[in-house]
Amino acid sequence: MWQDLRTELRQRGLEIVTVALDARGAETAGPWIAKAAPEHPSLIDEAHVMDALFGVVNVPSGIWIDEEGIIVRPPEPAHPRRPAYLDRAVPSDASPTERERIELVKSLHVEAERYVAALRDWVAHGRDSSYALSPDDVVRRSRPRPIGEATAAAHFALGQALHTRGAQSAAVEHFREAHRLQPTNWTYRRDAWSLAGADRELVYRTSWVDEVKREGVENYYPRLEL
Amino acid sequence: MIFAEPRVPADVFARVAGWRVEPEGLCRGDRCVPFRADDGVVDLAAAAAALSMPLVHDRAHGLWALGAEAGGRALTSANAPELELPDFRGGSFRLSSLRGTKVLLVAWASW
Repeated sequence: MWQDLRTELRQRGLEIVTVALDARGAETAGPWIAKAAPEHPSLIDEAHVMDALFGVVNVPSGIWIDEEGIIVRPPEPAHPRRPAYLDRAVPSDASPTERERIELVKSLHVEAERYVAALRDWVAHGRDSSYALSPDDVVRRSRPRPIGEATAAAHFALGQALHTRGAQSAAVEHFREAHRLQPTNWTYRRDAWSLAGADRELVYRTSWVDEVKREGVENYYPRLEL
Repeated sequence: MIFAEPRVPADVFARVAGWRVEPEGLCRGDRCVPFRADDGVVDLAAAAAALSMPLVHDRAHGLWALGAEAGGRALTSANAPELELPDFRGGSFRLSSLRGTKVLLVAWASW
């Protein structure tokens, strides 16, 4: 997905590093990575360290880091191109539930062109790019980290560890607690739901549609502040 | 950040949590927090308090998990924290290995 941009921008001084937030690790992310045949580092983050370290709460999210290791843009929605789901037609035989889900997906706010244009500008102009934020702005724009959200990270990590050890029901309890403590963290929700497979709505007694509507579709991918 | 004991050797704590035990205390990058590790052993509850990180204990499974640093913002400074993760082939990777290059770090998922 990012390889085309990497090919364009690598010789101008940018490296892309992708991190898969998959609790099942290379088992689920690996086939996608192999198919994309990336030349850039492609990492696996089973316990969502990206959330705890940087404040990532959804995917795709991008973080810009300059040559000195200074973050110049904190996590924000990062789409390399317009996703196909935005243009998907609702099948005429779709059930009401399926229709609602597709229409909600199509209403997500995605700004691929603006994001990629800003990225190109930063690669060309570095610190002089208006998109490179000051250290104070980077910290200010990163997410607040109240005690509940900090604790959610511990519960998610326990859920992932217990799932790996085969203790599924105990894992679900920790995932549920992570969701309760940080309801707007979509990586905690969606990864846990994916582990529950077809039973996800029974196990968690909710759905992506319900939760997106509850939190507000405009908050799923917030508008870029470029 | 998962641990199977409530007190762990300093090298285990550094590998899992990313904070090294130094004479100044617990250090990560150029930042240090006052802390004393007796006999090179880190007490998780004491470290959690020093680092403002919640510690969650799952008694039934004998596991401890440190959460994220609480109280301020997700990023306490613009200095990128060290990120050490495996690549999809199982090799090791450190974000700091790309110093000298601009980096776009992208979180994605297969789900």
